[in-house]
Amino acid sequence: MIARFISASVTILFLATPAWANEQRSEHFLISHAWSRATAPSQKVGAVFMTIATNGDKTDRLIGALSSAAESVQIHGHTTVNNVMRMRQVGGIDIPADGDITLAPGGLHIMLIGLKAPLLENTLVPLVLEFEKAGTLEIEAEVEAPGAKQASSRAPAKSTESHGSSSGHRGHKH
Amino acid sequence: MQRKLFIFVFTIVVVVFFLGAWLNLRVVEPVESTPVGGMAVNVSIGGPFELTNHTGARVTDEFLRGSYALIYFGYTFCPDICPTGLGDIAVTLDELGDDGGHVIPVMITIDPERDTPEVLADYVPLFHERLVGLTGTEADIKDIAEKYRVFYRRFEDPNLTFYLMDHTSFIYLLDPKGRTVSMFRYGTSPEEMAGSIRKHMLSRANTYQTQFGSPP
Ligand SMILES: [Cu+2]
Repeated sequence: MIARFISASVTILFLATPAWANEQRSEHFLISHAWSRATAPSQKVGAVFMTIATNGDKTDRLIGALSSAAESVQIHGHTTVNNVMRMRQVGGIDIPADGDITLAPGGLHIMLIGLKAPLLENTLVPLVLEFEKAGTLEIEAEVEAPGAKQASSRAPAKSTESHGSSSGHRGHKH
Repeated sequence: MQRKLFIFVFTIVVVVFFLGAWLNLRVVEPVESTPVGGMAVNVSIGGPFELTNHTGARVTDEFLRGSYALIYFGYTFCPDICPTGLGDIAVTLDELGDDGGHVIPVMITIDPERDTPEVLADYVPLFHERLVGLTGTEADIKDIAEKYRVFYRRFEDPNLTFYLMDHTSFIYLLDPKGRTVSMFRYGTSPEEMAGSIRKHMLSRANTYQTQFGSPP
C-alpha cells in the first residue's frame, strides 16, 4: 500500500515537472534538448535530435540506440554532393571530453525505423543510447511539431525575445 | 586519306564536347546567391506539368496562376531534410502575414511509388493547412524533375528493408505568371525567404503601377 502510494507520488511528481526542463543526467553524460518530430500515420520513420555532453574528461562514442517505439534504430548523418543530400548510416558519433556534440536537422540524427505508432506532439519517445565505454543510457525525447527545427525547450524565453516573431523557431501549428 | 581522318577525329571531338556540355547542363549547379538569399534564376527552370494532387484530382500548372508558389521536391519517407524544408515554408508563410495568402505552398514527391495521393493527404496537413501535395506516375515525376533540374535517385541500403531517396533540396519561388523567379538553397532561413518574396511582390506592384497607374 505504502509502496503504491510512493510510486504514485513519484509518478505525479514526474508528470508535474514543468514542460520538461529537458536535461537528462547520468554518471557520465548530460543529454539536453532531446527531441523528435510528430509524424503522420503513413510515415514509418522518425528522427531524434539532442545534445550529448560528457561530464568528465573522458571521451566516448555513441555506437547505437534502441527504442520500443520503433522496430530498429540507426545513427545517421548527411553528406551533400552537388547539392544532392544523401542520408546514410554512420558507424558512431565521437563525444569529446569536456565538450559536447549536437545532433540537429541537416546533420546527425538517430533514426527510428519502422515506427510502431505515429509520434504525437507533446508526448515522449523512449530511447536507449549505447556508448562504447559507458554502456547504455535510457532517455526520453520530447515530440515537437512536424516541421520543428529545434526543441521548444531550447527556444528563447518570451521575455528575452528581441523581435515580434513568435513562430520563427517552431514548425507550423494550428 | 589524311583529310578523311581529320574530319573523323574532328567530328568525334565535337560530338564528345556537346555530349559533355549536355550532361553538364543536367547537373544542378550552384548559382550565385543574391543579397536577399534567393538565387537569381537566369536559365529557364520549370515548365508546364500535369500531376495528381493529394485529393486524387488531376491538376496542371494552371492552378498556380495568379498566385506566387513555393515549391519543394521531397518525399514523405524522409525524417530530417524534408520536414525541415516544409516547416521552413510554413514559417515563411507565417512571416509574410496577410501576404502569405498570396503564396501557394506545394510539395512535389520524387518518390511516387510510396507517395500515393492517400499518403500525401495524410502528410501535407501536418505542415500547413494549404500545403498542396502532388504526385503522379514515374514518368510524370521524371518529366517535372527534369524541367526543374531536380536530381533524385533511389538508394538501397543493405542494412535497411526499404529504400531511401537522394535528392536536391531547393525551394522554388514562382511568380503569378508561373515563372521561376528564385531558388532557395536548403537551410535558407524563413526570414530570408519571406524577405525575398516581399521584394518580388513589391517590384511587381511597382511595375504594375508604372504600366497601368495605381490599381483601382
Ligand atoms: Cu536517417
